[in-house]
Amino acid sequence: MMLGKHTDMIARPRPRSRKWFRGEGWTALFFLLPGLIGIVLFLVLPILASIVLSFTNWQLLGSARFVGISNYVRLITTDPQFWTVLRNTLFFTVEYLVLNIIISLGLATWISSLKIGQRWFRVIFFLPTFTPLIAVAMVWMLIFTSGGLFDSLMASLSVPLAGVLNDRTLAMQAVVLTSIWAGVGYNTVLFNAALDMVPATYLEAARIDGATAWDRFWKIRLPLISPTLFFGTVMTAITSLQVFDQIYVMTKGGPGSSTATLGYAIYQRGFQNFQMGYASAIAWVMFALIMALTALQFWFQRKWVHYDA
Amino acid sequence: MMLDIINHAALGLVAIAFLFPFFWMVSNAVRSNVEVTAIPARILPEVFEWGNFAAAWTQLPFGRFFLNSAVIAVCVTAITVVVSCLSGYAFARLKFKGRETLLIGYIGTLMVPPLMLIIPLFLIVNKLNLVNTFAGVILPISFGTFGAFLMRQFFLSIPMELEEAARIDGASRLRILVSIIVPLSMPAIGLLSLFTFIGQWNNFLWPLIVMTGADNATLPVGLTLFQTQQGTQWNYLMAGATLSMLPGIVLAIILQKLIYNSIALNAGMGGR
Repeated sequence: MMLGKHTDMIARPRPRSRKWFRGEGWTALFFLLPGLIGIVLFLVLPILASIVLSFTNWQLLGSARFVGISNYVRLITTDPQFWTVLRNTLFFTVEYLVLNIIISLGLATWISSLKIGQRWFRVIFFLPTFTPLIAVAMVWMLIFTSGGLFDSLMASLSVPLAGVLNDRTLAMQAVVLTSIWAGVGYNTVLFNAALDMVPATYLEAARIDGATAWDRFWKIRLPLISPTLFFGTVMTAITSLQVFDQIYVMTKGGPGSSTATLGYAIYQRGFQNFQMGYASAIAWVMFALIMALTALQFWFQRKWVHYDA
Repeated sequence: MMLDIINHAALGLVAIAFLFPFFWMVSNAVRSNVEVTAIPARILPEVFEWGNFAAAWTQLPFGRFFLNSAVIAVCVTAITVVVSCLSGYAFARLKFKGRETLLIGYIGTLMVPPLMLIIPLFLIVNKLNLVNTFAGVILPISFGTFGAFLMRQFFLSIPMELEEAARIDGASRLRILVSIIVPLSMPAIGLLSLFTFIGQWNNFLWPLIVMTGADNATLPVGLTLFQTQQGTQWNYLMAGATLSMLPGIVLAIILQKLIYNSIALNAGMGGR
């Protein structure tokens, strides 16, 4: 060990700039510089700015004033909309997350049971993932519009409706359904790929030992793909807490505030009311929520995720 | 055997039901607006109006929207690929102090939700006088750190011997990256390009905020212009939606193997 270090020092002359740019430091800097400039300017700076902004009352025009934590205080004490928005976001996230994972896992398992045509089924369920969410939301808005296809369908089952999107409780369900259709494909392919990686010998051995298809799923395949399942769940939760496009197109947060989410509130406060400081405070609440939910999932994973395959 | 056929047929039915919204979109794109809003809704149009596609295209500057979307998506993709290859190479092959720390920092930034940065980014773009310009849309979203990490992972799998010979011949690091490493990394570059391009083609909020002029709208933003105070022109809207979905659908079908492989890569790494 010592000897190796010693010969190394003899073999190479010591470069002049000792600390940072030893060896290939300058080359590395040249390679990293374009990315670093972009990251500092468009990632680090915005994060710092966002913190500062959330403590000011900046309204885009005019000068900003430092207002301490009053944005946050206003959020949780006097803003009548905030708790509704928070509740809507959590409601959407939990319902969407649970449905997305169950449906995509179901479809993935079903597809993997097929003898032929697996890839075509995968493509079909994946298609909406590659299309603009705005366009998808518009198609579903037409389906759910007052007197539209969905209403006609329900009328034929003698359930009278006048536009799901005008209903305070049903509007959110329409948004969830749209999001499921748009987003279930990615996890379906992800879980299907994970199932494909489960060694066939494991399943064969279990079959010989007399395990039923049900047991093989719950006791072998599911534990083996649990790391992927966990990965999919965490990523889906993070994106669904930021839901925006569907809300913007289908409901604009309405009726009332019944579908307004944190993402929509940030847009509304920031770019319609130009309360940049206040909107930044909401953004930090969203960030805190994302961190909390992710931490919660990491804590829970000990109970169900198996890494030792 | 019988059970297999039933199994395939049953999932086939689910798949057909799943595709229904696509059918409904096209079916409504080729009927008159009166027919779209008729009650009860009819599955097929009474009169097929195929001219709606052309009409939608000319009623709003759709060609322009297409072009705007394409320019933004292509530019963001190009910058992302170049920057990611350069940074990825530094992380994979160059020895410098603080490399691991910086890499962890890069990965850490992936945790930051994009929606959170919208406000400060807009203020930066505003300060730089880039509101309603292509540079203002493109630059702030071209420096994601995911690409650097992805390229690093791929570069690490390329045998070192391949570039050592070139180094002995005196080739510079940049030369090695461009003429040896990049040609070998086309699968990774392909999937980074594909997902970046589609992500930007479908991006809505950021171009909505930065492009304040109607002429500079991207396709998703342009679609919302069919919803006016006087009501929605559903047939044109559906025609526009169909057109906006085409590139993604075509890419998803012809590149299905690449997509599956890249997602399978995620599945393999998931949580590990």
